[in-house]
Amino acid sequence: MTEAYRVGDELPPLEIPVTRTLIVAGAIASRDYQDVHHDAELAREKGSPDIFMNILTTNGLVGRYITDHFGSAAVLRKVAIRLGAPNYPGDVLRLTGRIVALEDVALEGENRSLIEVAVTGDNRIGRHVTGKVTVAIPVAIPGAIPGAVTVAITEGGGA
Amino acid sequence: MKPGTRAGQADAQEASPSHGAEASDQLYERLSAYAGRPAATAGTGRDPVNAPMIRHWCEAMGDTSPAYRGPDAVAPPTMLQAWTMRGLSADPEPDDGTGRSAAYGELLGLLDGAGYTSVVATDCEQEYLRPLRPGDLITFDAVIESVSRRKTTKLGTGYFVTTCMDVRADGELAGTHRFRILKYRPAQRKSAQRKSAQRRTAEVEKEPALRPRPVINRDNAGFWAGVAEHRLLIQRCTGCATLRFPWLPGCNACAGQEWDTVEASGEGTVFSHVVMHHPSFPAFDPSGEGGPYAVALIELAEGVRIVGNVTGVPYDKVRVGLPVRLEFLRTDPDLELPVFRASEGG
Repeated sequence: MTEAYRVGDELPPLEIPVTRTLIVAGAIASRDYQDVHHDAELAREKGSPDIFMNILTTNGLVGRYITDHFGSAAVLRKVAIRLGAPNYPGDVLRLTGRIVALEDVALEGENRSLIEVAVTGDNRIGRHVTGKVTVAIPVAIPGAIPGAVTVAITEGGGA
Repeated sequence: MKPGTRAGQADAQEASPSHGAEASDQLYERLSAYAGRPAATAGTGRDPVNAPMIRHWCEAMGDTSPAYRGPDAVAPPTMLQAWTMRGLSADPEPDDGTGRSAAYGELLGLLDGAGYTSVVATDCEQEYLRPLRPGDLITFDAVIESVSRRKTTKLGTGYFVTTCMDVRADGELAGTHRFRILKYRPAQRKSAQRKSAQRRTAEVEKEPALRPRPVINRDNAGFWAGVAEHRLLIQRCTGCATLRFPWLPGCNACAGQEWDTVEASGEGTVFSHVVMHHPSFPAFDPSGEGGPYAVALIELAEGVRIVGNVTGVPYDKVRVGLPVRLEFLRTDPDLELPVFRASEGG
């Protein structure tokens, strides 16, 4: 009944409106009070056309994209991101992901599938974020995970 | 990375090679001495891991995962850095709990003092070893991993500083956090002010972006004098007759210092090329929109190679071996450059 994950699988894209509220709320939730993330006038004085999203918010959104897809039992193991084009208010961030590696490992005595996903996030300026996320999902817990899969056991993680 | 409030982001990836030529970089020698030294020592989180901060984070991110709610809640792993952030507090003090090291303060001070006063975050790599739960006490140590040579980016010229932090919960290693920032001197103040003024006055007239000016000196003045006469001049060693380009004071083949010039016939082929997608440089894009453009290494019929733009074909039609012919392009009233037109129309 379960659908197996495979290398090459594309995750459904997630479009996130980049509102001024999201930029400010993300900055404050991450305790980042740099003025370029909440004060448009000061951002302009520093050479930016407007406030822009901070890296911690992008990191959080990338993590959410992955756990939204794999379910609440999925646990993030690694998130590595690189930023490019800034996220300014009024834009839309479109996250896409593709599974690039899969392996089964024993973590703290339990079997887990480690799934590595290559993530990109584009806005209308260009590529906002490129990254890789490694997520651990439980193996073969009936009904808990919509797509648990068992593959060859190898050592080590991804990314 | 110090655990303070210096998290930003922007167009900080390195720009095209034509912008990156930096002759001497004495500051780099001083900065690189800080690699391996501590960035933060025995820092402590301002607050223990706690449910309200987790909830605020999830609300901001739109994250509705049940894993982050209820009696068995864990913190979203991507909050790792947030627990180490100083928050809205005043200038760093020795005992402010952020653990920022003297070495890291000195490094940033050197950069500030040299005019590299702005900062953006460019990379974040985190590994999560155990979940963080409400009540966990956060401590951290960080090391300055590396300092780059001076780089030119769309934001401006500066240095990338990479730090790596161990984050502990109740003394146990919970995650690692590698963070890269660009400390830079803003390059676009003028253009930003212009944009800002446009917004305020609803003025829509757009100034065209200008290409960078060539640096003309004794060693290359003859080349630019040739360009002004629409002649592409190649240096020739009068000792051994070896041609050389770009212009140099001496011959790489025989070390001779005497030279004369040969005018290029103008025929050539694309030896190699790259396509510049991002960041955008409107001045280099024929449409002025900042879209992709090709930068080619042209092998001239005389045998030397020159970097230049290929005209007459879209950027994605440039290919190795494409025959091209020299022409001169006036990019703005004060600048004329040799460019290469594809001679087979694609």
